[in-house]
Amino acid sequence: MTKAGDNLAIDVRGLTKTFGKRKAVDSVDIAMPRGQVWGFLGPNGSGKTTTIRMLCGLLRPDAGQGTCLGYDILKHSREIKRQVGYMTQKFSYWEDLTIRENLEFVANLYDIANKKQVVDDTLEQLGLTTRQKQLAGTLSGGWKQRLALAACTLHSPKMLMLDEPTAGVDPQARRDFWDQIHRLSAQGLTVLVSTHYMDEAERCDQIVYIAYGKLMAQGRVEDIIDQSGLYTFVAEGTGVRELMERLRNKTGADHVAYFGNALHVSGGNLDALTALIKGEQVVGIIWHQARPSLEDVFIHLMGQSVDNTAVA
Amino acid sequence: MFAALNRILAILIKEFIQMRRDRMTFGMMIMVPVVQLTLFGFAINSDPRHLPTLLYLEDESAVVRSLAAGLQNSTYFDIEGQVSSAKEGTDALQSGKVAFVITVPAGFTRDLLRGDKPQVLIEADASDPSAASNAVGMIQQIVNSALRQDLKGEWAGLSQAPPPVDIIVHRMYNPEGISQYNIVPGLLGVILTMTMIMITSIAMTRETERGNMENLLAMPARPWEVMVGKIVPYIGVGLVQTAIVLLASAYIFGVPFIGSFWLLALGVALFIIANLAVGFTFSTIARTQMQAMQMTFFFFLPSLLLSGFMFPFRGMPEWAQAIGQIFPLTHFLRIVRSVMLKGSDFAAMWPNIWPLLVFIAVATAVAMKRYRSTLD
Ligand SMILES: Nc1ncnc2c1ncn2[C@@H]1O[C@H](COP(=O)(O)OP(=O)(O)OP(=O)(O)O)[C@@H](O)[C@H]1O
Ligand SMILES: [Mg+2]
Repeated sequence: MTKAGDNLAIDVRGLTKTFGKRKAVDSVDIAMPRGQVWGFLGPNGSGKTTTIRMLCGLLRPDAGQGTCLGYDILKHSREIKRQVGYMTQKFSYWEDLTIRENLEFVANLYDIANKKQVVDDTLEQLGLTTRQKQLAGTLSGGWKQRLALAACTLHSPKMLMLDEPTAGVDPQARRDFWDQIHRLSAQGLTVLVSTHYMDEAERCDQIVYIAYGKLMAQGRVEDIIDQSGLYTFVAEGTGVRELMERLRNKTGADHVAYFGNALHVSGGNLDALTALIKGEQVVGIIWHQARPSLEDVFIHLMGQSVDNTAVA
Repeated sequence: MFAALNRILAILIKEFIQMRRDRMTFGMMIMVPVVQLTLFGFAINSDPRHLPTLLYLEDESAVVRSLAAGLQNSTYFDIEGQVSSAKEGTDALQSGKVAFVITVPAGFTRDLLRGDKPQVLIEADASDPSAASNAVGMIQQIVNSALRQDLKGEWAGLSQAPPPVDIIVHRMYNPEGISQYNIVPGLLGVILTMTMIMITSIAMTRETERGNMENLLAMPARPWEVMVGKIVPYIGVGLVQTAIVLLASAYIFGVPFIGSFWLLALGVALFIIANLAVGFTFSTIARTQMQAMQMTFFFFLPSLLLSGFMFPFRGMPEWAQAIGQIFPLTHFLRIVRSVMLKGSDFAAMWPNIWPLLVFIAVATAVAMKRYRSTLD
């Protein structure tokens, strides 16, 4: 019963979904080994949620095939649903049930052993034991996320698909959440998590970057940066923000972004970029070449994909 | 001042845009008046004619034949045939096949010609008093004028007042013509239709609207498990409603209950399931709770008007009766009224039970087919 793809948690090829005339997901291939934590990134509307829904059997792909945890995504969605914990982007637990009732409902649907104990433990871990009788709808946004995460791991799934689980969650809770993800992953759980946070992307074993439905990059963060063919200069000092408008649309500077108290100017052509920077030496501003950050690369990839779709 | 106008205008435009987007609401705004006009204008008739009638003739003669012809020509009675025993006639009344049984006793012609004022017995199904009342009110006149044509020559004197025959009317099942006897059991059907369909369709659409559906679908529950799990609680609700109506019917309105409780229970169970299946089907079509509500209303309105609850079923033209036969309420009304007031048995009710079974089968099939286990 051992096949070549058995060590892959997700193995899909040519996954495509069309809504009306628009291809929300266009021929996406993903081969993800078991036990890893993968980040799923891409701009808004790029097709992350749609892809995840197809992987766990909530949407039928228009084209493509493959397996999830060894089960055919087209034929065996029931088995997939049993073993996957899916956390929706929008809170989708029952707001008119209490926290405890929601957890009990999930426990019953999956028919897990030791229901009461598991629910009690989960409440304890969440620190919600004293608030278990509160209606889920009255929780704050971040707490809803935390409840949803706890609920979707209740049945000890083999794989987690988390759609922006940390959106609106405070930094401490976000850190706790990632610690938990890594703890679960160490126990053999596979995790695919979509996010817009760069620091979260960097905590992943690998990332998949998708834009306008097309897979743009896949691999380790380091490799993606290395393979981007991007060069970045960073300007620091007083008044760098004023430089921003000037450098925009200048030849050589494909992207100009201000973050982390510094101006990041990136481009694919090193000579043109160097020439541009040479002409922009101002007193009080220090330029140095730096390794492009993931964010620089993503902004670059996003720009490329726009060009692609414009041509297509 | 202008600012206020602008704000009002902004809201007004937004409402118009939303109204146009919601195709179903838009359709309802057009369809409701059309349906109401059609039903009230063409289908409903409070002077029902062509009521099915059986004759029990113990005496057959030319006079009796012209009496029968006179009944037929009056358009109030449709003579569907003859029975050969009084029991056969009673059975036909009890099962609701006919509205009247008219008995011409032995020796009728002889007594008539002798001027002895023979009797004609008309047994009317008065479980729906308004359905029978006009025909019953007209019968003396109809009989008199039918006989007048035959009573000529030496018997012409008989056709003069006072009337040559004595018409005995038996209002069966509801001798005093109390309309509550008809309405209160009927209300049970109306209440169940309204609440069962509305509650299920709204409860299900709410989950779609709030996004719970995505979560539920991501968990390993089979469609039929979801369907059964969602419907069963409302069967309980329906049973509670039934108990309330029946108790009120017995203790407040004094409606008799002479039939089998278990036969009624069977009818109620089938009827509840039929309505829940409709509600479930609606929930697979409606996208919002508002649409579910509208679909409920759109089903409820013709049910109410064409089932025989508000207006006599037999008073409607055939096309309207044919449509009326589709609705579970039509059959349920007959079951509940017959069982309670007439004491009908299972065999007599079978013609109304099987349509409910067919309805359930079809509605469930549609619901299952439309129920999607994906978000597509
Ligand atoms: N049910 C639907 N009907 C029509 N179009 C849809 C539907 N669901 C998604 N889309 C479209 O598919 C595209 C991809 O949407 P998707 O939700 O997968 O993006 P996403 O990457 O999850 O975005 P975000 O980061 O904002 O969550 C979008 O253009 C969206 O408008
Ligand atoms: Mg999304």
